[in-house]
Amino acid sequence: MTVRIVARGASTNRTTRPPDRRPASRQWSAWAFLAPVTLYLALFYAYPLYRNADLSLRDYTVRSFVQGDAPFTGLENYRKVFDDPAFGPALTHTIVFTAVCLVFQYAIGLALAVFFHQRFRLSATLRALFLVPWLLPLIVSASSWSWMLNSDSGVVNAALHVIGVGPVHWLTSPSWSLTSVIIANIWIGVPFNLVLLHSGLQSIPRNLYEAAALDGASAWQRFWRITFPLLRPVSAVTLLLGLVYTLKVFDIIWIMTKGGPAGSSTTFATWSYRLGFGSLLPAFGPGAAVGNLLVVAALAFGLVYLRLQRKQALS
Amino acid sequence: MTRAPDRTWWQTAVGLLLTAIMLFPVYWMLNVSFTRDQDMRKSPPDWFPVHGTLDGYRAVLDQQLPYLATSLVIALGTVVLTVALAAPAGYALAKLRPRGGGVLGFLLLVAQMIPGIIMAMGFYAIYLQLGLLQSVPGLIVADSTLAVPFAVLIFTAFMSGIPGELLQAAQMDGARALRTFWSVVLPMSRNAVVTVSLFAFLWSWSDFVFASTLAGGGTHEPITLGIYHYIGNNNQEWNAVMATAVVASLPATVILVLAQRYVAAGVTAGAVKD
Repeated sequence: MTVRIVARGASTNRTTRPPDRRPASRQWSAWAFLAPVTLYLALFYAYPLYRNADLSLRDYTVRSFVQGDAPFTGLENYRKVFDDPAFGPALTHTIVFTAVCLVFQYAIGLALAVFFHQRFRLSATLRALFLVPWLLPLIVSASSWSWMLNSDSGVVNAALHVIGVGPVHWLTSPSWSLTSVIIANIWIGVPFNLVLLHSGLQSIPRNLYEAAALDGASAWQRFWRITFPLLRPVSAVTLLLGLVYTLKVFDIIWIMTKGGPAGSSTTFATWSYRLGFGSLLPAFGPGAAVGNLLVVAALAFGLVYLRLQRKQALS
Repeated sequence: MTRAPDRTWWQTAVGLLLTAIMLFPVYWMLNVSFTRDQDMRKSPPDWFPVHGTLDGYRAVLDQQLPYLATSLVIALGTVVLTVALAAPAGYALAKLRPRGGGVLGFLLLVAQMIPGIIMAMGFYAIYLQLGLLQSVPGLIVADSTLAVPFAVLIFTAFMSGIPGELLQAAQMDGARALRTFWSVVLPMSRNAVVTVSLFAFLWSWSDFVFASTLAGGGTHEPITLGIYHYIGNNNQEWNAVMATAVVASLPATVILVLAQRYVAAGVTAGAVKD
């Protein structure tokens, strides 16, 4: 999925917390309440991640995967992945996919947020309807787009035919497949950007605009001199969250193109899946290695996001 | 505040147009779900289901009900598991504030950022050994990882807002922490419970990654796999595919109509500083 939500860190409460008054009994009961979720984190986050790291450091076959006696091979799987001719294209596609999606989701989301920030009849209702693409199951969105982009019977090519453009092989031509999944993913990500940026707009005092209007500032100037600079903290949060969530998009690409044709829409996420599950002869080790590279990238940007958020919370 | 209505009608018109463009793929899904097989490859396609048919929906009733039932069980199971794990944790982090709670909160934020496909691979390795592949409880546990970190953070944020005096009063009456949680904090956190349940349900219902890795080929497959098999097997009956997609979208639609304010609250909760 493109984007999911994240809630405010529990750690932001820290500033109001009296540091000394923690009776021991309260400590005990607090950790009794936390025990289930702590155990859960260890069993269902830490352990799968550990297994994944372990997978990437051993030479697994289907037999040794079941029996668990695969030989330790160090970083061999990572070397294999880096040397793979598919590595370069997958890296490029991941970067292009993420960057293009982010730019368009943000730009469209911002334009819509500014538009819906005006008060007019139905604006709240229509804004709510914009959430629909984000709430639909990804398999639903992906299969709808697949059929709309179908070369022979898709409505997109039918519309292009009307304006005199020949059929585009959206999903079956290597030069268009990446564009197609990017279009679908932008569509899914716009609502998230719209909602976040719209709530950011509401915190900008309206009298600033009135004052600027009195001084003769045009709507264009008001946007670039007031809205955009004052929205910067919210924009940064939106873009970073979008980045973390776009990096790991898998469903859309896999359902629409399976990363093909000929690897033309393969990103790290779909490559990892293809290696691990996509064929009759699974390559669990290299698959896990690709996945771990993705984890490292997601966590790196995730930490930047958390740092930024804490800085904003303190200021 | 409110301007004269004659100055805003064109904005409403533009807004309607933008919404129509945005929702066109959804409309098209509906349109195709009512289209007859023989009209499916017509060029140009019918923009409205003039020769509408319910064949697609009949196919859903004939073939997809077991998938839908499985999805319902899994989604409800995920909701129960998520709330049961996250509500006590939120209470502890918000009100009891133990040493190390900040670290746990941080780990939960980080956990949200791990790509699902990586988690799926780890779960696959573990479930293979435990014999939990293609089982409903296994999928419930895996799906709950989509929601638990978010849920803890929502509960923490919400329960921080409960006045401390109320809890102290309960403690004066001799209520232990567990009683306080159960009979004071939880009833007051109804809105948080609703928000968390909605999202846990929706994410579990929509999950494709865990379903395809952990439940593929089993006797209990969720609806996302039902649609996926459809796409793979019969490329001809797109009305059936799209009818299934429409049915699979019903929970999202119902939630948007009935509980819109919870959805908006969930999206913005904390991602933007209030």
